[in-house]
Amino acid sequence: MSGGEAPLDWVTLSGKRAKGKRPDFFENPALDRLYSTVFALAAEVSALRERQDTIERLLEAKGTLSRADIETYVPDRAAGEERGLSTQAYIARIMRGFQQEVEAMEAHDPPIIDVVERLSRE
Amino acid sequence: MAKDLPPPYTAMSRHPMMPRAAHDEAARFNFLTHFNRYLSGNIGAGNRLAYEKRVLPAFRAEHGRDPEHRYEIRDAMNRDEWHRMWSALKRNSMEMRQHFGRQVVLRQLDELDAMARQFNEHSGQLELDPAIAQPHYQTAVDIHCQPGGYHSEERPGDVTVGANYDVGLFATTGGALGGFNDGGGQAVVGWVKAERPDWSPKRILDIGCTIGHNAVPIAQAFPDAEVIAIDTAAASLRYGAARAAAMGVKNIRFVQASGEDLSRWADGHFDWVQTTMFLHELSAKAMPRILAEANRVLSPGGLILHIEQPQYSDDMPLFEQFMRDWDAFNNNEPFWSAMHGQDLKQVMAEAGFPREAQFVAGVRAVVDPEIFPPSPDAGAEDYGRAAIWNAYGAWKPLADERQAAA
Repeated sequence: MSGGEAPLDWVTLSGKRAKGKRPDFFENPALDRLYSTVFALAAEVSALRERQDTIERLLEAKGTLSRADIETYVPDRAAGEERGLSTQAYIARIMRGFQQEVEAMEAHDPPIIDVVERLSRE
Repeated sequence: MAKDLPPPYTAMSRHPMMPRAAHDEAARFNFLTHFNRYLSGNIGAGNRLAYEKRVLPAFRAEHGRDPEHRYEIRDAMNRDEWHRMWSALKRNSMEMRQHFGRQVVLRQLDELDAMARQFNEHSGQLELDPAIAQPHYQTAVDIHCQPGGYHSEERPGDVTVGANYDVGLFATTGGALGGFNDGGGQAVVGWVKAERPDWSPKRILDIGCTIGHNAVPIAQAFPDAEVIAIDTAAASLRYGAARAAAMGVKNIRFVQASGEDLSRWADGHFDWVQTTMFLHELSAKAMPRILAEANRVLSPGGLILHIEQPQYSDDMPLFEQFMRDWDAFNNNEPFWSAMHGQDLKQVMAEAGFPREAQFVAGVRAVVDPEIFPPSPDAGAEDYGRAAIWNAYGAWKPLADERQAAA
């Protein structure tokens, strides 16, 4: 501790708001809040997956491990690429709704009722 | 194999001042690196599709014409459900980057502050001036949504904002700036060395240096030169000076000063005046003042060089201008839109750099290709954020000297 100062409350301070009005992206503010929570959770799940991968790799290599082993683990190039690919695939899974909406804009399908009616006729 | 696989956070080069990221902290940055690439790449096309398939047709139906300004597109797109969702995702990604970075920095701030103080006391590379006021264009909002901007302190003499900038830049840019976040400065060096292989500038000024990540590579490439890196923000300079000292780069000094008033340096003092991704952080009145001062302190035959994203021109489609404007309205970059709308050549000319002495060159981040894949440059364009820039510059005519003497 430097100069006997009180310890910083880093948990509270780290979430400080940036000065400047935040845009409202949705009519319902609850949706804006929900996005913040969902994607923070998505980041946490991704970090957990990576931690799990680290533990498995260390156990495989060493048969045992300490917390320090985990904290200081640096993947080599091949492991880094495997984990990167795994993160890409994870993001693709949680973002499917958005990705398929882009595809839908491109495809421009008619409403399903149109198909239902057509098949009942033709 | 998936394309454009960014490197893991742990592949970044380490300098002693860089805050140490624990396992999960690095993993959160890894998520953001991939998430940012996903937003600009995999689903970024949704914005163009929404525009072409429904927003533009609706605009034509309502107005009987095409949009005539990027702001008309913005108003229309801000009512589009897809663009709103996409913007919410991207804004959240920026906010997470800040929150995650601040957690890394603040939990170890005691060590970081102590280390910075040691480096700065011993190196003599930091010169602060409490009389320097923070300009209104730096304090109106927190630029890049970085809490506290680049100038605020969590406690007197701390390095929080500088350290947070350094620790998270990797995630924002998807690793495109290289191991030391210095791909922009490396690009400048590469351009200069190719353009004038035998040039050896002696005095170099970098205006708006923040943490010096783009000025340090210049100092490294020209070890016989003295680099002066200035910024109004002491909080960033404290970290930047310590960072340079920690990297063993001694021919650079970090000086608290405003580019609007370079009166402490004589006319023609510098051989090279550099700004990197800085002009868009100013204001309509400040930019010409800074350019005029830069012209004054630049020696005849010297180089002025600005690295920026491309200016909006009549050749640039309005939709692309609108996309490039996103950060102005959604990521606290309030001068971005107006600055990129200006004719920079004219602004430079009015500051004293004749048009015939000016040039525009394309440069891209120079990074270690063994670790960092090149920035995506086509198709999945990360508007306004790709590590591909324009260099707007001029070699100051020698004739100026004769005219001034006459």
